[in-house]
Amino acid sequence: MSSGKSTPWALRLATFAGMLFLHLPLLFILLYAFSAEDKSFVFPIPEFTAKWFSVAWNDRPDIWPALALSVKVALIATLIALVLGSLAAAAVWRSKFFGRDSISLLLILPIALPGIITGIALRSAFNLAEISFSFWTIVVGHATFCVVVVYNNVLARFRRTAGNLIEASMDLGANGLQTLRHIVLPNIATALLAGGMLAFALSFDEVVVTTFTAGQQETLPIWMLGELMRPRQRPVTNVVAVFVIAITFIPIMLAFWLTRDTQDVAGSGK
Amino acid sequence: MSETRSIAVKFENVSRVFGATRAADNLAFEVYDGEFFSMLGPSGSGKTTCLRLIAGFEQPDIGHILVHGKNVEGVPPYERDVNTVFQDYALFPHMTVAGNVEYGLMIRKVPQQERRRRAGEALEMVKLSGMGERKPSQLSGGQRQRVALARALVNRPAVLLLDEPLGALDLKLREAMQVELKSLQRQVGITFIYVTHDQTEALSMSDRIAVFNHGRIEQIGTPAEIYEHPATAFVAGFVGVSNVVSGALAQRLTSSSQAFSIRPEKISLFDLGTPVPADMLGIEGQIESATYLGANTRFVVTVEGKQIAVIKQNASNVGTPDTILGKSVLVAWNLTSMQKLS
Amino acid sequence: MQTAAITRESHGVAHAIANALYRNPRLLLALLLGPPLIWLGIVYLGSLFALLAQSFFHLDDFSGVVIHEFSLKTYAHLFTGANMAIVLRTVAMAAAVTFACIAIAYPIAYYMVRHASSKMKALLFLGVMLPLWSSYLVRVYAWKLILAKEGVITWFAERLHLTWLLDGLLAIPTIGGPSLSTSYIGTFIVFVYIWVPYMILPIVAALERVPKSLIEASADLGSRPRDTFRNVILPLSVPGMVAGSIFTFSLTLGDYIIPNIVGNSRPFIGMAVLAQQGTAGNIPLAAAFTMWPIVIMGVYLIVAKRKGAFEAL
Repeated sequence: MSSGKSTPWALRLATFAGMLFLHLPLLFILLYAFSAEDKSFVFPIPEFTAKWFSVAWNDRPDIWPALALSVKVALIATLIALVLGSLAAAAVWRSKFFGRDSISLLLILPIALPGIITGIALRSAFNLAEISFSFWTIVVGHATFCVVVVYNNVLARFRRTAGNLIEASMDLGANGLQTLRHIVLPNIATALLAGGMLAFALSFDEVVVTTFTAGQQETLPIWMLGELMRPRQRPVTNVVAVFVIAITFIPIMLAFWLTRDTQDVAGSGK
Repeated sequence: MSETRSIAVKFENVSRVFGATRAADNLAFEVYDGEFFSMLGPSGSGKTTCLRLIAGFEQPDIGHILVHGKNVEGVPPYERDVNTVFQDYALFPHMTVAGNVEYGLMIRKVPQQERRRRAGEALEMVKLSGMGERKPSQLSGGQRQRVALARALVNRPAVLLLDEPLGALDLKLREAMQVELKSLQRQVGITFIYVTHDQTEALSMSDRIAVFNHGRIEQIGTPAEIYEHPATAFVAGFVGVSNVVSGALAQRLTSSSQAFSIRPEKISLFDLGTPVPADMLGIEGQIESATYLGANTRFVVTVEGKQIAVIKQNASNVGTPDTILGKSVLVAWNLTSMQKLS
Repeated sequence: MQTAAITRESHGVAHAIANALYRNPRLLLALLLGPPLIWLGIVYLGSLFALLAQSFFHLDDFSGVVIHEFSLKTYAHLFTGANMAIVLRTVAMAAAVTFACIAIAYPIAYYMVRHASSKMKALLFLGVMLPLWSSYLVRVYAWKLILAKEGVITWFAERLHLTWLLDGLLAIPTIGGPSLSTSYIGTFIVFVYIWVPYMILPIVAALERVPKSLIEASADLGSRPRDTFRNVILPLSVPGMVAGSIFTFSLTLGDYIIPNIVGNSRPFIGMAVLAQQGTAGNIPLAAAFTMWPIVIMGVYLIVAKRKGAFEAL
């Protein structure tokens, strides 16, 4: 819709300032990762050093299990979200049934309601059911809010796919399973991948629900929260923060690239 | 049509109801083997529902459909020996043209080499040789239409269903494709069931036409039968242009109030006072308008308050003088050209 | 042509399954819908109801044990002065954050839809997506660095000779404090920063739905651009703002991390929930506190649905 008319300078300025506001703070994280001063956040940074990267790598064995746990949780939660999200999307797309519109609302609830509610609700339910907190309780929490991401992506793709492709396939002799394999899955593959990427980023980063559904386990964000509350080596936290930014940006960029022609990701629902 | 021809598809009192609308209302008809059969009607007349019933995407609520004598009730589309060319082609966007054409063979586990060969032949038949490696998105509308055709024909189905396949093409291409489709059908000998709302298309290609309206068949017949002897006012009006005369005027002309139709090109205009030939019916009228259309001229003549359309070929290079407007003429037509309507 | 078989014969278990599913669309639907419905409808909604149920239990004042009997004692406790202050503080913050988010998001969204080239638009889109999806904790943490007393803002204020302004802001009663990172102003800035992307995208979606012909028609009728904006574009983008505010409002209502890291120690709803269920061990009161966001958002969602905000989600 870009039109030939000139853009008011105030609008340009507001957009520029807004985007600066969104991104500048992350630069300071990077900057402080090189600070030699580890007791305060003094600015300008008195002295620069790269030693915190090696400290984080060599001298902080507490980081690694947290990272490994986060990756494992994110992978499994993503897998569950992929299955549940695409099943729900297929059901909503293929059939008209009573309460169809409520499905979207139900799926979006875990991210539209504050994480603390999802967290404490699951925690008290686990307590009531006498399920002890473990790796799997974290996964359950994460999968719950990841489903909607996959659902939105896949449903958007379904809606863009000509509905009669399935009829055409059946007409040419393919039964439902063959159609699923040869026609449906290849057509939604990139949407699945994009949804999965976003779900992974969401899970990898999550801290609120995790606080309530984890027992003794420490995911990377939980580790970071601990470091923020009781700092040991502030720049090491920054190093890890930079790492977290990098590891979540990659799947998001990929998801964006995979759906670049369609804007499926359009932040819908999240 | 000889009675000995075998029947490809038979509808036995089939009804299909969607909510309050009867999309197919007690339909009974047959389509013969090797025939080019068109289902013609306005949108919402039930013709596409019929096609979907044959393909297996819909199931009849009442009645049976027989394909080669066998009741196909409950047989899913993928087990019917019937293929469809969809209105918007429904080509698989993630596959190449060759992949699309080979799809049905691949599903039926035809060995790869034979698949290749047959897909190649099918593409050659629709004049798309060498296009096999392209993606559907790289083709023009007309080419996509041909791919859809090849994809269906390669399976050598007993019946090919075509759902307004030329609807999305522009006029020139559509006319060329009409000729091509017809000769293709003769060449492969497969039964074509062709859905269209375009009467020219139906008239030019079909062996027989079924005219649909409100879920019912108004008339079935050869193009000439349908055109020359429309059975109902709807058919007379929908297929070609027709003057439908009823009421007092019909009473005066034929001594019967039964409505009849008369095609504009079957009407002659004579100077007033010319004796009406014995085998013709004549009445006085006034020329209200004359529109020059190149090959012919279209007159509107008012006869006793009713407007009658008349089309005359422009045999000599005369044009349309303004002086004839308002002129009284003798409007006459051959008795055999009249068609009584039920 | 060969005498064609009427049906194509196929065999095998997979084919039998496919046939069964084709002939029973309800079975297929049940198989598709079952797993997600069991997960979200039973596990998730069930948990929410269990939480609701617990808010009707109460904590015995003497023994500190949760009494599993229906009573409204916990709710009576919820509506006492100190607890109401928490709720009002949180709702006021959520409202302020929502309005600030609209103010920042609208120009960006408007620029993206109506002025940016397609390349620029994609870039801005990515620029909004990245912070939306990632690094919540890291981004909160970034502000701790920036807002710290010895940090970036203080330094810039000094360079620009604006220390008087900063001090003036911090001297304002209630919202001020010893430093930005320990004041409501700081909490507010971080909230806005974290949730603003959630506001941009729904407004973009709503603006894209404004037909160009409508804008041209308005211009044709002699409207000045400003009037076109006020009479045509702005009203049509309201659903987008409402959709965005579902997130900004709801997420602010329940967040406890941000006020914990940046702010004075006066609690918000989220912090109260955390404290009650954790150290205080008063699960019923914690559950009752969570009813605030749920009820507020329930009412909000119903109103938003009437306004057609869901189309812009």
